[in-house]
Amino acid sequence: MGLDISERVRAVPPSGIRKFFELAEERDDVISLGVGEPDFSAPWAARDAAIDSLERGRTSYTSNRGLLELRRAISRHVDDRYDLDYDPDEEILVTTGVSEAVDAALRALVDPGDTVAVVEPAYISYVPGVIFAGGEPLRVPTREADEFKLTDEALERAGAADADLLMLCYPNNPTGAVMTGEELEPVAEFCREHDLGVLSDEIYAELQYENEHTSIATLPGMRERTVVFNGFSKAYAMTGLRLGYAMAPPEVVAAINRIHQYGMLSAPTTAQYAALEALRSCDAEVEAMVDEYDRRRRFVLSRFDEMGVDCFRAKGAFYVFPEVPTDESAEAFAEGLLEEEGVAMVPGDAFGDGGEGHLRVSYATGLDDLREAMDRFEAYITD
Amino acid sequence: MTARDDLLDLLVEDARHTTADLARMTDLTEDEVEAALAALEEEGVVAGYQAIVDWDKTDREVVRATVELNVTLDRETGYGDIAERLARFPQVKTLRLVSGDYDFLMEVEGASMHDVSIFISEKVAPVPEVTQTVTHYIMTTYKEGGVVLNDDDDDDRLSVSP
Repeated sequence: MGLDISERVRAVPPSGIRKFFELAEERDDVISLGVGEPDFSAPWAARDAAIDSLERGRTSYTSNRGLLELRRAISRHVDDRYDLDYDPDEEILVTTGVSEAVDAALRALVDPGDTVAVVEPAYISYVPGVIFAGGEPLRVPTREADEFKLTDEALERAGAADADLLMLCYPNNPTGAVMTGEELEPVAEFCREHDLGVLSDEIYAELQYENEHTSIATLPGMRERTVVFNGFSKAYAMTGLRLGYAMAPPEVVAAINRIHQYGMLSAPTTAQYAALEALRSCDAEVEAMVDEYDRRRRFVLSRFDEMGVDCFRAKGAFYVFPEVPTDESAEAFAEGLLEEEGVAMVPGDAFGDGGEGHLRVSYATGLDDLREAMDRFEAYITD
Repeated sequence: MTARDDLLDLLVEDARHTTADLARMTDLTEDEVEAALAALEEEGVVAGYQAIVDWDKTDREVVRATVELNVTLDRETGYGDIAERLARFPQVKTLRLVSGDYDFLMEVEGASMHDVSIFISEKVAPVPEVTQTVTHYIMTTYKEGGVVLNDDDDDDRLSVSP
């Protein structure tokens, strides 16, 4: 017997991003627009609170569900910002990043053979998460013609009516697509009609440039069938601190917590103190970062437009998703661009087949590098 | 936030942005950017463009000091009159009326400590309304105009991440 690798793990291929990461790492002088995290550091007040918590010796476990003070602050924050009403005692669970929250939620809600519809292009962890939980992923492609928004027709076409859960992420990584409340309504109707539960990853909620964020959980009849995920990685530039949260009805949070309490015990205490301070006093820093992303977004969209590269107007997160401007596959184009011009962009098919023919371009990098990367991209497609 | 506010933020961040880049970042046309900048300059909202220099990294000897000034007023002379007179000296780089224990906070610059001392004692102190000067020589500047000097803040992110 020995240490045989499980079938579940063998069923999950290595990430497409991993391969590209290795290619990029082989070179110096790369300008990378392939980074899925902010180029800012966490606001100083949050870092200072983390340092203070260490100096005070706050290095013990917290409650499994997270510091009550933090859950209360999260509850107030999501109410103020997104009109979401969750009880900090029973309906909020603080986790080690949204990644842990999604993984634990899938394991808490999926029985062997259950089908989870995953909206694609999608963040690379969702499909593996479904497989690790013993579920069957059902890919639901979205189209550029729809600005990569999910529609009820797309759900119907993919056969999602028979699925048990729907996993979505808006604002979206990798496309930068967003969905308004009006656009979410037919999706919500589909879920109500076919009795689907929803896992809604809203980690980029704060990074919206032309609309206010609407959570699907605020639509009629959706709160009781939705788990909302959010966290501190993107808006507060706290990726390395690993702090997220899940919000759902009490029995669902209790179920997710059962996985969390045995697998993780509690989220890192130091990070929780940083997050508490972030919610208390870092709104201005978040606003400044969002303004900066917005300017870069417009810059990148303008440059692609000037080059004649088709790129839909992404309105959220910090990605744009242009079409590959040649007949090559996304991977071949991205490898050529990296090799010849030293610019890294992630091939869209790393995020599912629906991403083929596109590139994920992250503008979470300084304007000087963005300007240079765009110039090199232009040189590459012109030569 | 209006396009004007956006332009001001961008200029404060980097006054060397090209008109083309400013247009790309604000969704304005280049002509609109030019017009907006002309208006901002005309109105005195944008009073000038300067570089932030870390003089310690140059061979040039630059001595700076902040000077606290107390003044006395009379019916004929207000703060504005005194400020106008002091601001005329090219050695005075910044001049502000402030609240608290003294009236004006002035930043002066010279080629040496001796230069600065002579300027304070021979040009500032003799101004009739000035009753007291307290000079603080600046030893090290860590942050200037919002920019951290000597900031070797490398991007330590992975080159590609999900």
